[in-house]
Amino acid sequence: MSRLYVARNPRVAARSLDGEMMIMSGRDSTLFTLNKTATILWQAADGATPLDEIVSEKICREFEVQPGEALHDAETLARELADHGILQISEQPISPTTSMAGGSR
Amino acid sequence: MPSTTEVERLNLVIEIGGMPVRLHTSDAAFIAMLQERYSGYVGSSSRDSAVEFDVELIPPGTRPSDADVRVTTRQGRWKIERGDFQAEWEPARGRGWIRQVANPYSIDALLRIVHTLVLAKDGGFLLHSASAIRNGKAFLFAGVSEAGKTTISRLAPPDVTLLTDEISYVRKQGEAYVAFGTPFTGELAKLGENVSAPIDTLYLLSKGPENRIDSVSQAEATRSLLANLLFFAEDEELVQAIFHSAFEFVSRVPVARLTFVPDIRVWELIG
Repeated sequence: MSRLYVARNPRVAARSLDGEMMIMSGRDSTLFTLNKTATILWQAADGATPLDEIVSEKICREFEVQPGEALHDAETLARELADHGILQISEQPISPTTSMAGGSR
Repeated sequence: MPSTTEVERLNLVIEIGGMPVRLHTSDAAFIAMLQERYSGYVGSSSRDSAVEFDVELIPPGTRPSDADVRVTTRQGRWKIERGDFQAEWEPARGRGWIRQVANPYSIDALLRIVHTLVLAKDGGFLLHSASAIRNGKAFLFAGVSEAGKTTISRLAPPDVTLLTDEISYVRKQGEAYVAFGTPFTGELAKLGENVSAPIDTLYLLSKGPENRIDSVSQAEATRSLLANLLFFAEDEELVQAIFHSAFEFVSRVPVARLTFVPDIRVWELIG
């Protein structure tokens, strides 16, 4: 079974405030607010770490959830975020590109 | 002596938020229509303006459609389109054109869009909110349709100067934010006064059983501000700019939730 890689789309504006991740699409300025799971996924989406590793290392440690179930949910979430242009997903590692997104505070 | 084929070019300066926009047309009736529509916002014709548009009027019914607005940029030129008009604007030259039928609505949309583009580069923005000045301070009342923008404007006592009941004009001046009056009206259909004041507080409106002010988290304040921004451009650089401007605004201007009943006593809490 192939592994899935996820990367933050550099063409969005993103910023974390009080632990809440807000993202605005650079394409159509739609605003998204990520929940805790999606925020963990977003922050870990470096294009080099496989999704299953993000799930086992980050998500399963934060939430009491079975790895298989968590991976299924994470894949669904990643595809939804990709549909909105927030994440990039690929079966190959994704080369880093210059991020335009701002930092957090 | 001019030949009989020469057409006299007329122009009108509309100055909102301290930014003059000059419109050129050969149609005197259209100029008169705009002078009435933007009463209080018509600037001196000798005023220098960094933004100028040639208005080409087309016969009624030529371009009617329900197409939504699209604002795109390519090679330094903005293309602005909606069902009822087409326009282009080249900021480096300060010149553009609009093709529309003779109504005030198309120009109104164009002005809003051009102002959002100019403001975004300087840390300012247009916001879905009513705004008013009391005791030398500006107060903004943000909310979606039906949140109460027009209601709170209508309830304003005589010592309050109304800037708008629909779209607020926010500029960053140094470290402060200033609200300007706008001619962009909502249900009240009354032009705001063409004056300005430093912004004291942004209130997030909601209707409820009593008048009260509650604090909100910075995250909620920012999310609400972002949700109420007027922005149309499909341009990553400007989206980045306006996104970060919202965070900057919230870090400098107090934001609170204002719950109110449709009663003039809500103004006892403001100012």
